[in-house]
Amino acid sequence: MSRSVSNGGLRRSVQIQVRVLSALTLREILTRYGRHNIGFLWLFVEPMLFTLGVTTLWTLTGLHRITNLPITAFALTGYSTVLLWRNMPSRCVGAIQPNSALMYHRNVRVMDIFLSRVALEAIGASMSFVVLSIIFVSLGWMNPPEEPLKIVQAWLLTAWFGAALAILLGAWSERSEIVEKLWHPAAYLLFPLSGAAYLVDALPKDAQNAALWLPMVNGTEMVRDGYFGSSFVAHYSVAYFFTCNMGLTLLALALERAVSRDFIPE
Amino acid sequence: MIQLDNVSKTYHARSGPVHVLRGVNLHVEKGDKVGIVGRNGAGKSTLIRLIGDIEDPTSGTITRTMRISWPLAFTGAFQGTLTGIDNVRFICRIYEKTFEEVIDFVQDFSQLGRFLKEPVKIYSSGMRARLAFAISLMIDFDCYLIDEVVAVGDARFLQKCQDELFERRKDRALIIVSHDIHYLRAHCERACVLADGQLHEFHDLDDALLFHQEQMAA
Repeated sequence: MSRSVSNGGLRRSVQIQVRVLSALTLREILTRYGRHNIGFLWLFVEPMLFTLGVTTLWTLTGLHRITNLPITAFALTGYSTVLLWRNMPSRCVGAIQPNSALMYHRNVRVMDIFLSRVALEAIGASMSFVVLSIIFVSLGWMNPPEEPLKIVQAWLLTAWFGAALAILLGAWSERSEIVEKLWHPAAYLLFPLSGAAYLVDALPKDAQNAALWLPMVNGTEMVRDGYFGSSFVAHYSVAYFFTCNMGLTLLALALERAVSRDFIPE
Repeated sequence: MIQLDNVSKTYHARSGPVHVLRGVNLHVEKGDKVGIVGRNGAGKSTLIRLIGDIEDPTSGTITRTMRISWPLAFTGAFQGTLTGIDNVRFICRIYEKTFEEVIDFVQDFSQLGRFLKEPVKIYSSGMRARLAFAISLMIDFDCYLIDEVVAVGDARFLQKCQDELFERRKDRALIIVSHDIHYLRAHCERACVLADGQLHEFHDLDDALLFHQEQMAA
């Protein structure tokens, strides 16, 4: 975390923190998207294209099997939620080494690199979700969400989950190269398990309980409950999701602290 | 003021722990010019990195009430795909400077002309160093850290660096790590010798250099 240059107290530290994070975020946007063609708009156009593609695929193939479900809303909620929690760790794993020289600026800390990347992914996934929702609703492809506040809650919980997982894996990958190797297959395998492509209610009873052990399944179910809760039976536990997030956050902060204390910029 | 109290630094290498610094004390006031000498691997750069808050000490405390620069003309933090201008903007954001108040200086000092609008990755090492020096000098620090004399660029550019650093910023503190005795003699008032993890402080520059030479001969 950033440290105050002088003894200006908390207010000053917060100011520095905000300034450093926005500087890093802008730098990341410029590095990733540059100023060519649509530039930073790729931040949410890229996840939008993904979601649009998956929605189209599922709409074409899924119509016959699942009859009374709003398939567009199903695909949009499922895939957007996956992008939200999955892209954050992907951006944070292995993020420190290539940016290690930034630590020569004393206000830039390991945590700042993670936080700026997490913020960027959260903004991208959220904008994509909102923009596509507005487009689909105004085209009449799906109904407006039934309980927007519940969606906001679920979205924030899922973002928190993604952020904690990202910082944990990001810090861990600094300790062990295996994390980076294992994250890619894990991210891929977790996709079908994460609840994006199924409803918990459609699973056999035993499998339902097993599925709900995965924290993000609770998030996906809750987003859908807020969107079209009247057309299916949602299964999730806010308390369980919250507890998992708390646990992950504690682990992430502890590991980040240890890693950042031992960190040696090249 | 910079105050190091009983500072130690241990690295954990594969072959076991390496005790680079063992209980180092140092006091630097505003305007002090301190040279640090020592043989290769004595821990001079480690000491500079601890003073600059780039790494944390294993034990001991470091108190800083001055704004301390990063090691001068350090070029590693440039993002190659970004232009020189974008890199300047980034540093401005981090150090609370407005772009408008520094850009004239950067343009004038670096002499990079239209290359400032090109990605840094196409720069030659001399061009990078010029930009790095300009960026280091555009932020106001009370204490500048210099890790090894920067011998890049032509004589005219070196002269400009000297003028900016030693003439126009006479009132600032300098901590200089160097093997170059002439350079230290020209710019330092006192020097410390780093040997076996200990920092030996001398009030007289000549005593320090003499001790250093004895160490090297031993």
